[in-house]
Amino acid sequence: MKHLSEYRNKDMAQKLVSAIRALSNTPVRLMEVCGSHTVSIFRHGIRQMLPKTVKLVSGPGCPVCVTAGAEIDRAVMLAGYKDVIITTFGDMIRIPGSSSSLQKERAMGADIRMVYSSFDALKTACENPGKKIVFLAIGFETTAPAIAATILEAKRMELNNFFILAAHKLLPPALTALLNLDRINIQGFIYPGHVTTIIGTSSYEMIAGKYGIPGVVCGFEPVDILETILMLIRQIEKGKSKVEIQYKRGVTATGNPRAMEILNQVFTTCDSCWRGLGLMPESGLTLREEYKSFAAEDYFDLTVPTAKDHRDCQCGEVICGNKTPVECKLYRKVCSPVSPMGPCMVSTEGTCAAYYKYNN
Amino acid sequence: MCIAVPMQIKNIKGNSAVVEFEGAKKKVRLDIIDQQPEIGDYVIIHAGFAIHRIDEEEAKKTLRYLEEITAETYETFE
Ligand code: SF4
Repeated sequence: MKHLSEYRNKDMAQKLVSAIRALSNTPVRLMEVCGSHTVSIFRHGIRQMLPKTVKLVSGPGCPVCVTAGAEIDRAVMLAGYKDVIITTFGDMIRIPGSSSSLQKERAMGADIRMVYSSFDALKTACENPGKKIVFLAIGFETTAPAIAATILEAKRMELNNFFILAAHKLLPPALTALLNLDRINIQGFIYPGHVTTIIGTSSYEMIAGKYGIPGVVCGFEPVDILETILMLIRQIEKGKSKVEIQYKRGVTATGNPRAMEILNQVFTTCDSCWRGLGLMPESGLTLREEYKSFAAEDYFDLTVPTAKDHRDCQCGEVICGNKTPVECKLYRKVCSPVSPMGPCMVSTEGTCAAYYKYNN
Repeated sequence: MCIAVPMQIKNIKGNSAVVEFEGAKKKVRLDIIDQQPEIGDYVIIHAGFAIHRIDEEEAKKTLRYLEEITAETYETFE
């Protein structure tokens, strides 16, 4: 078993589609809250396979897309420091801030390097003792434990030239905030596989109980997604609101306690600003007191004026699933993956970028 | 960004391992994995870290279940 190709079986996918068609009566809107799901849904043409009663909408599932303008502006400011090397995951460098982006700063001479892992950033710090290495720590709960483990290693190595700019986001508070908006119209959640690998299903249980919205934790291949939709429809048609796991090979209800322990050892929750959703209590992570010496915002002066997003960019509404990119007047005319106006067009997992690539 | 892929453990040395998928090899960290893997196990890799050891039995059960429900569907609706 490869745990991948088995879930791309066309025959099985078709049978799942007919089961969905046979079962679905009530019109429903199901929200996927993971950028990787958004891409997989588009790539495999899943929207087109579904009956008219089932609509899929994309939620705040891409950490790059929900990074606030101010967080980009701080990174841009950091790039201005002479002895700094910025290390980051790929997509971050193209997000437009209020007046510049990391890409522009790099073109003007700033040392900005893309890394695959936070450990590569640590290696850069060891190899460049005369420089200060800052890692832009973005991502949901999937990524945060890895960064925490990197900080523990940096502390063990007594590195004093390694810092992170923490802009992590936590998914459950965002879902709750989303559900508290009165303009939201969602009957089921397609929950993210790998965030749940870490956090387990307990916060979803709370959502199912309090808001009466069913959810299924889903894998990333077409068969996974179709089976998840079938499981949701089955629940909705029966009036149930449970949390189920479709992606059993990758997720357990308890999550990964070891990763959570490392995460909680290094980070504590803080209020965080999300693009589109605004400031949300306890929805981000900041370094605990014992690890504050690794906090870039404490070492460098990174005070930035209030961020300015493009006036017409609808990313905020797109992230909440209230608008599709097509409803943004910049879409395709001014905003494209080559010259993105908002983060949803930058990230390959952003809803606008997925529309651009697959939805002509 | 939470993209993660199943890869097979080829080699383990302390807190790091060499994993492989379709001939491509990668060095990854084992600091945060839920269960200590053994050589030959499949693990889910995200941003240079193994985050989960795949339970082979659980995966087989899912596939068997999928085959069953799609067989049923076939009889009922085609
Ligand atoms: S099309 Fe561009 S400007 Fe419009 S919402 Fe998407 S990213 Fe923002």
